[in-house]
Amino acid sequence: MKQPEIQLVMGNEAIAGGLLEAGCQVVAAYPGTPSTEILQAVINQRDESDVPLHIEWSVNEKVAFEVALAASYTGKRSAAIMKQVGLNVAADPFMRTAYLGVVGGMVTIVADDPGPHSSQTEQDTRLFCMQARVPVLDPSSPAEAKAMVEPAFALSEKYQRNIVLRPTTRICHSRQSVTVGAVRTIHAPSTFTPDPGRWCATPAFLPGLHTGLNNDLAAIADEPDWQPRLTSGDGSRPRQALVASGIVYAHLLDLLDELDLAGTIDLYQVLMPYPLAPTFIEKLRDGYDRVLVLEETYPVIELQLAHPGGAGKQSGAVPRVGELTPDLVHAVLADFLDLAQPAQSVPAQRGQRPSLCPGCPHRAAFYAIKQTFPEGIFPSDIGCYTLGMNLGAVHTVHCMGACISQGAGFYHAYHLDGGEVPTIVVTIGDSTFFHAGIPALINAVLQQARIIVVILDNGTTAMTGGQPVPHLGVAAGGRPTKAIAIEPLVRAAGVEHLEVCDPYDMSAFTRALKQADRYIRSDDGSVAVVISRRPCVMDPVAKKARRPVTVIVNEECLGCGICVSEFECPAVSLNEELGVAVIDQDRCIGCGVCIDVCPAQAIEIKEQ
Amino acid sequence: MKQQIIVSGIGGQGALFLTRVIAQAAVDLDIPVLTSETHGMAQRGGTVISTIKVGDFASPLIRTGQADVGLLLWESNLAVHRPLLKPGGALLVNAETAGEGDRLDASGIARKLGNAVLSNLVLLGRAVQTKVLFCDEQTCVAAIRKLAPERFVEQNLQAFYEGLHR
Ligand code: SF4
Ligand code: SF4
Repeated sequence: MKQPEIQLVMGNEAIAGGLLEAGCQVVAAYPGTPSTEILQAVINQRDESDVPLHIEWSVNEKVAFEVALAASYTGKRSAAIMKQVGLNVAADPFMRTAYLGVVGGMVTIVADDPGPHSSQTEQDTRLFCMQARVPVLDPSSPAEAKAMVEPAFALSEKYQRNIVLRPTTRICHSRQSVTVGAVRTIHAPSTFTPDPGRWCATPAFLPGLHTGLNNDLAAIADEPDWQPRLTSGDGSRPRQALVASGIVYAHLLDLLDELDLAGTIDLYQVLMPYPLAPTFIEKLRDGYDRVLVLEETYPVIELQLAHPGGAGKQSGAVPRVGELTPDLVHAVLADFLDLAQPAQSVPAQRGQRPSLCPGCPHRAAFYAIKQTFPEGIFPSDIGCYTLGMNLGAVHTVHCMGACISQGAGFYHAYHLDGGEVPTIVVTIGDSTFFHAGIPALINAVLQQARIIVVILDNGTTAMTGGQPVPHLGVAAGGRPTKAIAIEPLVRAAGVEHLEVCDPYDMSAFTRALKQADRYIRSDDGSVAVVISRRPCVMDPVAKKARRPVTVIVNEECLGCGICVSEFECPAVSLNEELGVAVIDQDRCIGCGVCIDVCPAQAIEIKEQ
Repeated sequence: MKQQIIVSGIGGQGALFLTRVIAQAAVDLDIPVLTSETHGMAQRGGTVISTIKVGDFASPLIRTGQADVGLLLWESNLAVHRPLLKPGGALLVNAETAGEGDRLDASGIARKLGNAVLSNLVLLGRAVQTKVLFCDEQTCVAAIRKLAPERFVEQNLQAFYEGLHR
């Protein structure tokens, strides 16, 4: 067995280590920043477990949650992992689980993204848990996140309740030296005991279950191990206290240290922001006149405290939007304690915007779509291809799978007015299609929406670093499994016009788009699907297969800048002095698509 | 021993790898370390920043004007990340042209070694040479050996030495 050792690990890896050390046997996730590396790390460490594990990349978060849930019904420890908006997808089973409970320890890890850095909202899972009535833990460092995992399972088992661990981006993507210990072996043979009054609970059973939930929440709130931790002040700032949770607590610690204020004021770290113990709430009311509450992203602790002298997001003392950076914590603390305000930080300039990789097949597809339908409406979705915005070929980005239904909604609205409906081209990635696109496609066909759906099939979940997709026939960790092809699914959804095309072949791809447009406008037209198929340039196999060619700009270049403004490959730029386009050979991968984009035939493959 | 370091670049330049090497050096020297990194959308060629806090710290983030060392792999990021550096902090910039900070054409040097991405380790070499970092040559070499994929170790070390001996 492995000896404990100190390792530098990312927060997500630390949490994965915690899962294995706690003897968690079933782990299911859907990738999403900032949570993705947790399951990846479980996969990487799986050989260290002497009990068999089931690890899966599920097709979506609802499925992941339900798989882990039923595993817990058998008595095994299980975990479901997702990002905060993934919990929206899993909301249905998540909410009911609060009432029905679990058997084996179940921990749901939901990674929040205050800021947000890489998400469509900066919602606070702790508030979600409050409305779902699920206890939630808020770690302040990678090491603490890991240390919370085993006790979270123990708490889950003690009360037979699902427990949420909520790290944030700054925990997930921080590295810290952490003690990595032995993987625990728990022999929990699966024994599911049918209990219809619980697992099938009809409304008649729910008041009883709801009462049980309330009682448990009251008991969990009072659990001694999960009470806020007090670091007492020396009395020099009487009847004032600081209350913080999560990474903001860590920012506060460093700040107090740097300002030489450590130990001068009572400081509470809240480990479990919901449910808070009534005794804690009372203690703060009786013991302090003023309390500063620092938390991300919504005022969850502040709302429960309802302290008459409370300063926080509700009171307006703390910014309500965005990440609570150490700079902001400094300004807020200075206000609260009447210290000198930090020098006004210069408003940070925006850096380089992200862009699809040089050679990304999506760019070629978007360019063709935009050129073919300059007046089109382009609903799109979540993934690298969101960046099709830069090419003007993405008009809406909402949530996983929304683009197809939004495309249908646009169609029905325009269709009501009679007359010409603009061509509606929906773009959706392959992983997103499996996640939430299929019911939407069935519905669009059923409701006779005349739209073009382009499935951008690059054979991977690219945005999050390349997790497998169902049509590859590879499960988590490279395990071979049945491949579920996209085409039969599309046909089974009732789609009668389907074409598969390589987006690098600009003329063929454009032809396919035009044909699809004719079809949706024909008498018996309906939804048309075009599959744009070409592997992601980051795909290791595709990388190997790449031909090393050099693409250059010749003397025909007019300096019109179309390759930059309309196509925006990051490897091409316009040299203002010389008035010509130049290709950055460090970044160009030689895909050659820009050759078709240039109106002056000024881009060519250099003969070696 | 306390030191706060920023590594700034654009997605795809190897800022993450450089961050890990420096943090590993701290671990090998038995000094506590915390980092934060940029993942997700910005990694597609957008501005990224890592922070490294060596010594007794609780938070991985760095306040304005607190960084002791800035390693900039992408010159235009100066406008965005310059304010993090403290007055008198050491600034190293990968750039072909003259300007603020200690500059060297790390990408150009790395390109000659066969891969412009190695500019990250060229810059590290320079930082060690000018003694602005808490760690020395041996620790960095050991960290690179530990973290680089086996078939790239020699090339990575070469990049580091190019920066070190310039
Ligand atoms: S990672 Fe793949 S899908 Fe994402 S931008 Fe790069 S090439 Fe395109
Ligand atoms: S060939 Fe053209 S489009 Fe392709 S990566 Fe190079 S510059 Fe970009």
